[in-house]
Amino acid sequence: MTNGPAPEHDLGPPRTPRAAVLVGLGGAVGGLARLGVASVLPHAPGTWAWSTLVANASGCFALAALVALLAARFPTSHDLRLLLGTGVLGGYTTFSTFTVDVLELLRAGREPMAGAYIGVSVASMLLATVLGLRLARAALGGGEQR
Amino acid sequence: MTWWAVAVGAAFGAPCRYLLDAAVSARFGRRLPWGTLTVNLLGSAAAGLLAGAMVHRQIDDTVVALLGAGFLAAFTTASTFALEVVALAESGQRRGAGLIVALSVGPGIVLALAGFWLGQAL
Repeated sequence: MTNGPAPEHDLGPPRTPRAAVLVGLGGAVGGLARLGVASVLPHAPGTWAWSTLVANASGCFALAALVALLAARFPTSHDLRLLLGTGVLGGYTTFSTFTVDVLELLRAGREPMAGAYIGVSVASMLLATVLGLRLARAALGGGEQR
Repeated sequence: MTWWAVAVGAAFGAPCRYLLDAAVSARFGRRLPWGTLTVNLLGSAAAGLLAGAMVHRQIDDTVVALLGAGFLAAFTTASTFALEVVALAESGQRRGAGLIVALSVGPGIVLALAGFWLGQAL
């Protein structure tokens, strides 16, 4: 009854060396993609970090859509979940860069901007996730099921 | 360019997240996503420490890319955090969802600051 998060979030089989390798390969790709975003949207420390915001929001959207897609079409593919979800998109998005962005804004004496950055970051992560789930479920042609 | 250092760091950071998340979840259960909270708080403290350590000393760009944009950025995750929060809210556990957001963001920033001061003092 009081079960945990939706089954879509099930991480699948227990840890194996194979799983760690898949996550590592995906993580490298995700890290490079994040670096790509950072090079397109550079920012000086202590200023508004669009690159972190864009990478995190787009990665949240993509993970939500991926998880909905996998749950509907490939419910037994743990490998895809590990490689693309936990690896690529988990490595593409970041929490530590977000908290250090806030730290740098505070160091620069920009407290109001830091507050706004926190709010916009968290809201965009959650909204992008909700949007990703809804669009994917709608595109897959099913309501709650499938 | 230090792109390869980011790739190598992330190739280790992501599996470390996966393994620590699995270990924490096995120990404390999956009712709330304690594993993701753990990696995000640990990673924020470590990233703050790295930023602090760079204030008074020269650290090689490659090392910073390897540890910061590579390992720690991939060790932590926004997408899994957000997905788990939304999944909790969808399953009716709004308080659990709010708790995870509050415990991730506030303490994450405080730990980054604490790490920074420590790194600066070292």
